Amino acid sequence: MSLGAPPDGPFRVERWPVGHPPAPLPETAAVYWRPRVDERGLRRRGRVWTLTTVAHTVPYGIASGVLLWLEPLTAPVVFALLAHAWVIPELYAKRGANVLRRRPRSGAGAERTALGLLGDLIGHEARALHARTGLVIERGALGVWLVGEAGAILVRLGGRRVHCWCVRAQDPSLPSADRIAHLLLALRSDEQGFATVANLAFSGARWRVRRRLPPALRPALDAAGAAARR
Amino acid sequence: MRTDGIRAERTIAHMARLIRMDGSGHTTLAEWSAADERAVEAAVSAFRDQLDAGYYAVVNEGEGRARQVDELPLDAELVILRRPIAGG
Repeated sequence: MSLGAPPDGPFRVERWPVGHPPAPLPETAAVYWRPRVDERGLRRRGRVWTLTTVAHTVPYGIASGVLLWLEPLTAPVVFALLAHAWVIPELYAKRGANVLRRRPRSGAGAERTALGLLGDLIGHEARALHARTGLVIERGALGVWLVGEAGAILVRLGGRRVHCWCVRAQDPSLPSADRIAHLLLALRSDEQGFATVANLAFSGARWRVRRRLPPALRPALDAAGAAARR
Repeated sequence: MRTDGIRAERTIAHMARLIRMDGSGHTTLAEWSAADERAVEAAVSAFRDQLDAGYYAVVNEGEGRARQVDELPLDAELVILRRPIAGG
């Protein structure tokens, strides 16, 4: 039996009926100082992340060019500067990819039981993707989400930019599928509240995160990117 | 006998469930049907106990939607109790 699985696949655009906004996620009370994440706030944070990346790379590039122009013998220093310019954004992207890192498994019985419940919550395509990658894809109003055990990646509409969020259920004994189900239900209850509670680990180009993901997880990000372009 | 069997299946099919996600995968805490007052009372009591213990209750509504509830929705098929989430 499918408990609320979408009738036409898991990637439908969901909209709340006018006048019936979702009740705020209760966990947002614990982060009352954070402005509620919305479309505009996400765009702004994306721009800030881009500016930060530029600030981390361009000065090194300029300094490298000037040094090389002034004194070609500084080439080793120039190399070190360029390495910095490359490594820093890569480390940020790696931090973003790490939000989907898998956690240690519980007992087989608990995992099986939890998997049954998670399977009932999602549609056929999402189930198949979860079986392949361990991640659940879910379309929201802000974009397409990839939900893992201790974090989620939001692929923005258009599929080019991602926001990587660290967020987890506060119970380390939970089986893998239950950890995902916790995040999924919270996300479905209040998408903006979910993003408000979560910690933003990275925002940037999807391809930057993709190449830092383990190969087994890349098809999920590809699927989310494709869904976000539709 | 055959009729009884069908009736029993129908009763089971209409039983609503209150489940808690926990270390065992999930645990069924209560089952009820709207017509069974004692079962409803037991479910409401179990529901309140879990909320007092810090769980949140969610009803999955399909199509990517779920609803947080503070009272046991007696008409829901499945009510799921979850732990709070927090930024990692």
